[in-house]
Amino acid sequence: MKILVYIEQIAGQTAGITGELLTLARGLAERTGGHVEALIASDAPESIGGSLAGADLVLTAADPAFAQYNPQAQAALIEAVIAARAPDLVLFGYTTMGMDLAPWLAARTGRPLAGYCIGLEPDGAGLKARSQIYGGKLIADVELPLPAIVVMAPGAVREAEGRGDEPAREAVAVPPGLAGGAVRFVSAQAPDANAIDITQVEKLVCVGRGIGEQDAIEEARGLASALGAELVSSRPLVDLGWMPKERQVGKSGRTVKPRLYLTLGVSGAPEHLEGMSAADLIIAVNTDANAPIFQVAHYRAVVDCADLIPEIVDELERQGLSHA
Amino acid sequence: MHVAAILRLVPDTREELEVDASGRDIDREWVGMRLSEFDDQALEEAVLLKERSGAKVTAIALAGEGVDRLLQTAVARGVDEVVRVVHDIADSRDTARQVEALAGALHRIGADVVLTGVMTPEDILGQLAGTLAGRLGWPVFNAVTSVAAEGDGLRLRQEYSGGRAAIFDVSGPVVIGVQSASQAPRYVAGSKLRQAAGTPIGQEEIPTRAPAAAAAITGLSLVEAGGQAVSLEGDATTIAGKIIAILSEKGLIGA
Repeated sequence: MKILVYIEQIAGQTAGITGELLTLARGLAERTGGHVEALIASDAPESIGGSLAGADLVLTAADPAFAQYNPQAQAALIEAVIAARAPDLVLFGYTTMGMDLAPWLAARTGRPLAGYCIGLEPDGAGLKARSQIYGGKLIADVELPLPAIVVMAPGAVREAEGRGDEPAREAVAVPPGLAGGAVRFVSAQAPDANAIDITQVEKLVCVGRGIGEQDAIEEARGLASALGAELVSSRPLVDLGWMPKERQVGKSGRTVKPRLYLTLGVSGAPEHLEGMSAADLIIAVNTDANAPIFQVAHYRAVVDCADLIPEIVDELERQGLSHA
Repeated sequence: MHVAAILRLVPDTREELEVDASGRDIDREWVGMRLSEFDDQALEEAVLLKERSGAKVTAIALAGEGVDRLLQTAVARGVDEVVRVVHDIADSRDTARQVEALAGALHRIGADVVLTGVMTPEDILGQLAGTLAGRLGWPVFNAVTSVAAEGDGLRLRQEYSGGRAAIFDVSGPVVIGVQSASQAPRYVAGSKLRQAAGTPIGQEEIPTRAPAAAAAITGLSLVEAGGQAVSLEGDATTIAGKIIAILSEKGLIGA
């Protein structure tokens, strides 16, 4: 199987999912007698840091249009590379860029696509994927004829250590006219340096949509204070304007690895689990016994947060353990 | 500028889900359907764009149970027109055929900007925004958190992991997968909803064809409840005591 891996870059480095995608591709290639190519597009591809070991060959596309991420320019390049190299499988990570590019290319090239994948294996003349669906409550088996496009969920593959030597590089032709497209990069926005950095906090209490009404946020804040923790949230509460963006955990927020992660009414959508499943101790509270958050929790409690929060706060005070 | 907001009803994943007799889909008979939460955000951003720039906004949805009411709610929230797309798609997860029907409808109404939700709980065969953009040959942006008129085009903000974002200007047609609107979706008073209930709904009928090569969902399985987690049983008082004991044992409180 001939596999093409799209390499994302963040601030001059390959993205965190790169090693996972290359590990997966290497394994598939070895099982099927195949070949792995990695594609990296930049104004200066040689300056991008990070290992690309696991690929047999790195395809580099150098052009000023790739100085910053531009979905139109990147998509045009990958479409041209797919036409020229005819890979059986193109791999992306489930990221903003992966969401831009993979479905677009699937439609343009007529290739079937499977997303949110947590497993991928050869299956006869095609592939069998396992994908998260319905908020992570179910897993779907998906059959894919080749050629195909697959979008892998971060964390689905354990990145192999010592994947071998850095591969040779080969420059590929860049389609003409990319700089004159309809998309113009204006500016980049970094996280607010003055905002709290929740990635550095040891204890986090996370509220989700199941917390109930907005008033319950204050109750949860009181619990966080009593525990000496910071209050964070899943995305829906940020979208509602109940919690500030800098306190959002998950795919579109921050990735955290605290000593304690206590969730209150967090369902555990895959996008949230991506940002917190590596926490040392996860205690999850939800009224839904089938909430996906329980899949990654160390302890689970099926109980109403409105009942539980005051009980914990009162007991901490009674035992003289409250930090508030 | 003619903005189309594509709206989808999706299974409510807060409810208990079961696999149907075919083993390839959820049992939809008793599952509630709701507006996709990200489509809700896209609708709000489309209406904001109208209010700030004068753009025309048409809400579009594939025909199905509950869709007329959904479209009338969109009218109450401020869209100018609504269109129901009559189709022949049997599986709501068949993105390729959905896109074929929607692309046909977009062509007929003459929309040049499309806003829809960045994802749904069941779009594992391809998110709509990217697939639609690919079919139309338009640029696409996902994980967008604001869209505003800028000169003859649009200025939008796209988010990435780790709290990073970028601002882009786009001229010409574009498909935008909205993650969150510039402000929370507005509340609509009952009187407005009643007023919108009589709004005529436009209709487009678009036949579709199965793609030459398609992925197939061959099985669904429920994730085992609870995984490896240790269950803390009892009433709220008992559970609170157990949690405090765990935290004490781990040295996370009282030190």
